[in-house]
Amino acid sequence: MRTMGLAGLDELVAALGRAGYEVYGPRARDGAIVLAPIAGVADLPHGVGDTQDAAFYRLRDRGDAKVFGYSTAVQGLKPVLFPAHELLWKARKTPIGFDVEDADATPPKPRAFLGARDCDLRALAVHDTVLASREFADKAYGQRREGVFVVAVTCSDPCGTCFCVSQGGSPKPQEGYDLALTELLDGDGHRFLVEVGSERGAEILAEVTTTDAPPTDTAAADAVVAEATASMGRTLDTSDLHDVMYAAADSPHWDEVAARCLACTNCTLVCPTCFCTSVEDTTDLTKSMTERHRVWDSCFGSRFSYIHGGVVRESGKSRYRQWITHKLAGYQDQFGLSGCVGCGRCITWCPAAIDITAEAAALRAGLTTGATDALETAGETR
Amino acid sequence: MTTTTTTPTVAVWKFASCDGCQLNLLNAEDELLDVAEAVTIAYFPEATRAMLPGPYDVSIVEGSITTPEEVERIKHVREISGALITIGACATHGGIQALRNYADVEEYTRYVYAHPEYIETLETSTPISEHVKVDFELRGCPVDKYQLVEVISAFAQGRRPRIPTYSVCVECKRAGNICVPVAHGTPCLGPVTQAGCGAICPSFNRGCYACFGPQDSQNCHGMADRLAALGMTSEEMIRAYRTFNATCEPFQAESLRHERARKAGAEEVEA
Ligand code: SF4
Ligand code: SF4
Ligand code: SF4
Ligand code: SF4
Repeated sequence: MRTMGLAGLDELVAALGRAGYEVYGPRARDGAIVLAPIAGVADLPHGVGDTQDAAFYRLRDRGDAKVFGYSTAVQGLKPVLFPAHELLWKARKTPIGFDVEDADATPPKPRAFLGARDCDLRALAVHDTVLASREFADKAYGQRREGVFVVAVTCSDPCGTCFCVSQGGSPKPQEGYDLALTELLDGDGHRFLVEVGSERGAEILAEVTTTDAPPTDTAAADAVVAEATASMGRTLDTSDLHDVMYAAADSPHWDEVAARCLACTNCTLVCPTCFCTSVEDTTDLTKSMTERHRVWDSCFGSRFSYIHGGVVRESGKSRYRQWITHKLAGYQDQFGLSGCVGCGRCITWCPAAIDITAEAAALRAGLTTGATDALETAGETR
Repeated sequence: MTTTTTTPTVAVWKFASCDGCQLNLLNAEDELLDVAEAVTIAYFPEATRAMLPGPYDVSIVEGSITTPEEVERIKHVREISGALITIGACATHGGIQALRNYADVEEYTRYVYAHPEYIETLETSTPISEHVKVDFELRGCPVDKYQLVEVISAFAQGRRPRIPTYSVCVECKRAGNICVPVAHGTPCLGPVTQAGCGAICPSFNRGCYACFGPQDSQNCHGMADRLAALGMTSEEMIRAYRTFNATCEPFQAESLRHERARKAGAEEVEA
């Protein structure tokens, strides 16, 4: 394995730039870590950590020089690869009808992500399945996704809302990266252990000054992973979870959540796997041009379930039930995977402090006292 | 500029208000020429001296009803208008001046005017919709100019306006803002407030003041619990729910709940 210092990391960012990538990395902005374009290591959040809990996020001074010493950024890769707003096409009136123009014919510049976590990559895999691998693929997503270069990073400091280990994840990036780094900072200095995940990764790394990593570094990296794995802020009991969710369809607990839920949509908009959108058509005042836009949507909004004649999910409780049941059960039926990667963002950024792990636990607990044979009939109830 | 009889005629009316919403129409500089092409501005004293006689296809009404004279005038406007659109928090919910609904107006008049006997005013400030039928209400204090142009074009083209009724949070997240209550501990009413402004206040690291009124699925009670968790007192909560849209039902109910608690001197607000 190879290792490099901060200067090497800077060379890596430069090499990606030379290879034509727009490089995104972590930056501190408005009191939070966001993924945004970076020019070099100077832009990274040196010595910045975070503290996260339900409805709580604060940056903190780590008192050291780590650049990846925070946990999850405010958003994953979603806003870049599946933007909140996108022009799909526009049509212009002509004397005999209308001409449809594609939104933007120029292919987007390929993106490189520095600092992606395992949960980010697993969420990306969910989007690949949902958006790009089905009968009607999302063309714009596919274009942006193609050629993405990932420099993943091992999580050293999971936060209070992380529970990726419960959801089959790990603080150590498992797959889907070109290069993976583990940041080490001890008596031997500040360095990054590099693992190569693809041919492209090897090619880019060849342009960077690295040295052979001593075996002690590999052991130190393993220790980082072990420690992080043991310090998840939350856990989710996933045994029979799919069936538990369906069996809980009539749980009295939904009313309790609905009293707190503000139907604000934040949980869905920060969730890296949520993929719902709606289209909005606009016409200009001169009636000569019309545009179709796609925007992020959310199952917590009333229009989301509007069909001819009215709104199907009127109550807050039906919307929360839709959301958590889809995440933890419906996705499996639809796509063969869980809709939750355990990143904890919906917990941190819910202004009402609603916690998917706590609600799932409460629903499960309600089953053992209430609907006894509900697990048997699971799946029939919706 | 073509002024043919085929474009719908539009009149703009002012009731009790600050003119800010009308000004936002004039501020829509890039769109204004197109607006003038798409419709005939027949009556708009704030913008032009030309006044075409009514009736008008579309009337845009700013302001609330606060005097006996206004009660009569709005009925007349309704009679000579095809569609009637109200714009801004004053017209849709009584506006800031609806704070009088919770106070002694006679006492106010004595403090403010040298000769209160000349003042003829109502006890309350009420939305236009309490007096006449309204075809569309556009929220905001002031209204957003893009939304205003959208409503005008929709009525000019005979289609439904594309005005979302979800929360400010939707626009806030789309804009990539950092959530201020979560990351800064700043109270924010965005979750109970209807979108439309583009989440202006959180974009400048301020909490939302709810000037667009309640979103379609508001939970003002749950919101109040969260504001309390961030340290807001009952008194501040009453003010938060009463600033721009004091007369609208969910905000009013929540402000009254906290007022009852304060009067009772209760430690805890009733559930
Ligand atoms: S449901 Fe919550 S924890 Fe799970 S992936 Fe989405 S945001 Fe992360
Ligand atoms: S669960 Fe939280 S973030 Fe999601 S809609 Fe409800 S209040 Fe908003
Ligand atoms: S800052 Fe306010 S409006 Fe924006 S997401 Fe947070 S709660 Fe909603
Ligand atoms: S953020 Fe809230 S208070 Fe600020 S302009 Fe928008 S609706 Fe009004």
